[in-house]
Amino acid sequence: MSADTPAVPMMAARELQGLLTNYRRTWRSSIFSSILAPLMGLVALGVSLGKIVDAGPGAHTFGTIDGRPVKYLVYLAPALLANTAMQTAIGESTYPVLGSVKWVRTYYAAVASPLSPFDVYLGQVWFVGLRILMNSAVFLGTMALFGAVHAEGPGGIGPLLALPAAVLTGLAFAAPCVAWAVSQERDTGFSLVFRFVMIPLFLFSGTFFPVSQLPAVVQPFAYATPLWHGDDLCRGLALGTATAGSVLLHAAYLSALVAVGVWYGGRTFRRRLTP
Amino acid sequence: MAQISPSPARTPAASPDEPLIKAVGLRKVFPPTKRGGEPFTAVDGIDFELYRGEVFGFLGPNGAGKSSTMRMIGCVSPITDGELTILGMDPRVDASRIKARLGVVPQEDSLDLELRVRENLLIYGRYFGLKRAEIAKRSAELLEFVQLSDRAESTVEPLSGGMKRRLTIARSLINAPEILILDEPTTGLDPQARHVVWDRLFRLKQAGTTLVLTTHYMDEAEQLCDRLVVMDKGRIAAEGSPRDLIERYSTREVLEIRFEPGSGEHEAAVAKASGLLDSGERGSIARVESLPDRVLLYSDDGEATLAAVHGSGITPLAALVRRSSLEDVFLHLTGRTLVD
Amino acid sequence: MTTTELPLTRLLLGRRAFGPLGGARAPVLIERNLVVYRRLWLMLASGFFEPLFYLLSIGLGLGKLTGAVDGVPYAHFVAPGLLAVSAMNGAVFDSTFNVFFKMKYAKTYDAMLATPLRVGDIAVGEITWAQLRGVLYSAAFLIIMVAMGLVHSWWALLALPVTVLIGFAFGAVGMACTTFMRSWQDFDMVTLALMPMFLFSGAFYPLSVYSHEVRVLIEALPLYHGIDLLRALTLGRVHVGLLWDVLYLVVMGLVAALVAARRLERLLLT
Repeated sequence: MSADTPAVPMMAARELQGLLTNYRRTWRSSIFSSILAPLMGLVALGVSLGKIVDAGPGAHTFGTIDGRPVKYLVYLAPALLANTAMQTAIGESTYPVLGSVKWVRTYYAAVASPLSPFDVYLGQVWFVGLRILMNSAVFLGTMALFGAVHAEGPGGIGPLLALPAAVLTGLAFAAPCVAWAVSQERDTGFSLVFRFVMIPLFLFSGTFFPVSQLPAVVQPFAYATPLWHGDDLCRGLALGTATAGSVLLHAAYLSALVAVGVWYGGRTFRRRLTP
Repeated sequence: MAQISPSPARTPAASPDEPLIKAVGLRKVFPPTKRGGEPFTAVDGIDFELYRGEVFGFLGPNGAGKSSTMRMIGCVSPITDGELTILGMDPRVDASRIKARLGVVPQEDSLDLELRVRENLLIYGRYFGLKRAEIAKRSAELLEFVQLSDRAESTVEPLSGGMKRRLTIARSLINAPEILILDEPTTGLDPQARHVVWDRLFRLKQAGTTLVLTTHYMDEAEQLCDRLVVMDKGRIAAEGSPRDLIERYSTREVLEIRFEPGSGEHEAAVAKASGLLDSGERGSIARVESLPDRVLLYSDDGEATLAAVHGSGITPLAALVRRSSLEDVFLHLTGRTLVD
Repeated sequence: MTTTELPLTRLLLGRRAFGPLGGARAPVLIERNLVVYRRLWLMLASGFFEPLFYLLSIGLGLGKLTGAVDGVPYAHFVAPGLLAVSAMNGAVFDSTFNVFFKMKYAKTYDAMLATPLRVGDIAVGEITWAQLRGVLYSAAFLIIMVAMGLVHSWWALLALPVTVLIGFAFGAVGMACTTFMRSWQDFDMVTLALMPMFLFSGAFYPLSVYSHEVRVLIEALPLYHGIDLLRALTLGRVHVGLLWDVLYLVVMGLVAALVAARRLERLLLT
């Protein structure tokens, strides 16, 4: 690297700046999918369905805090936080990425400037990270309004730590997904990812009920999914039930996925943008 | 070179000397797009007739009403007023039966992007209710005709603009139409692709297909059309063969002269040249047109005119003598250039 | 005008769209879609899995913890709700995103109208295709419900035509809305309408959890009527009041179809 070229993070920040400028024009239309939809999920499933679950025979299945069983709303909410992060991540890492490389071709404009393909990749991932942060923060704030957090841990900051946990969960999806999306020629793969990856993860990774309720054969698979780690991490921190060991394990697993994604992204972006 | 099979014999709509299309006082008015806005008159009372075997053109700038006229002929735009008879039928009553015997090449490609090249022809033929075996045979011939046989199994998206246009032409021929309608067939194509399209259209003309086309390219109109109308602001300004129109509305040759921009010489030259009008000598100037970038001097002998211009003390930066074209006819009729 | 036109089709689709042969050529649109989806069979098949995943997760997984709801095991309660939601989603997706793309971008309908096809043929063809797809999904889901023992009565045989009714009603509304849309941004409104109906119309829990006011509001929404009908049929709790549900969906579908047909004709034949 020559002396007058700024370091990679600075260059990626330029790509990020471009993406943010564009977002300022379109944010209104994304409010629904990113903020309203998860909130409605929280009300319908956490509050309304929660009334039925809390009255049911399995009400004790969701753990205890201070000796009292955890209400379904409180059990579900932190996992919906992790899911919001995942869905924002996948949504922002698929169509927008293919669009930037194929339809509006802004990535090519970026690599025609001093930015390298890797800078463009990092800028995109940072941008998705910011979107995850925004959506997760709004969701976490609403959870607090619904009383779906439990201030525990040193200084009671556990629930606040759920925010970086959600962002890390999102990035564990965004980093590999951005890398993969740029190599696509058409968008058919995306609907398959939504239907065969995102929705099954949403439904079977311990968001709605503990993985221990699944048949024994599929349990190991559920425990191996990144979303289960994100769910458990966010839940542990938001409810103050986490142990240092579990936090470290989950964070390490999710960080490893981010690292693999970044390595993969460097390759796919270089191959696509500077063949 | 594959020969495409001729249109199957059909009972003609009327006797052979009856026009295939006849329009009288044809009008198209679009309702206002905004509340309280003005209705827009795209076609303002035009008359024309199209006869079997001829190539008929609508020449005019963008917004002249050519496309609206084509859409009315294609039975996808209800006429506002006047009479339109196509193949002896009224489009308001028999749209489907008329369309079964037309071929349409729209201005904007409307190829089915979800289908492959060959499938585009197969399915389009099915829209006409043709039998699969018949379509299969015919689409092979048509792909050969438009030089796309080697791309038959390709998707449409990666084709070049010229290939897509050729595929659209092939598609429009799938029902062996009695009239082929082309709206701006070469607009947006590069020069090489245009020549390939012209060549194919010329072969269709040779084979006796009746063609109606719109264009704002005078070279296209001159090369292809037997007869044309010049359209401007929804009306027909003149009608005839290209040679007719040039003889009637222009001189044999044109001298184009250019001057240093902003020097004032341009204006001075226009004034001086006007003094040379109808001098009665060789190179006598019949008409002077002042365009933003050049002055056009119409005469029957451009070289002699150039000598006369030099003799009167005008010294242009550049001078060009050429033959009159439809562009000059249009300029004469409307006071404007075709492509601006 | 010829007098062979049927009064109803004439009322519904106007004179130009439906001539003496109107709608008769609709099958060629289905032929086109079959050619397209022959290559996208995985996409086609994937539409079936979403409700199944929900049934396995929420119905069976969470159902173990909720106990009986509305007098039946939770999965029995949720399954007909998911069937209604899936019929609605499929129909709305087909009649909004798909139709908008073909109308505004691909110009597919413009190309079709240059041939002897009429607006009526296109409308009938597209709706029939969407319904055929929907019926395949619904039938597959119903078979799974029977296999899992979630169906209580022979009345469930009527569930299949009811999913067609739900698809028609929502598809017609979707198509009518599409004719008013200008850009993709407008499609957020579609999600904005579908998502709360999906979550709050009683697919996942009985309306008894709501206060009276909320209940009245939900009962005014179309999806509630679809869910109510299907649940009554699969659980064998049939009563005369269900005819109101049918009437609601029929009227909604017909009114929307009328609007859609007239607007489509005006948009496509300008």
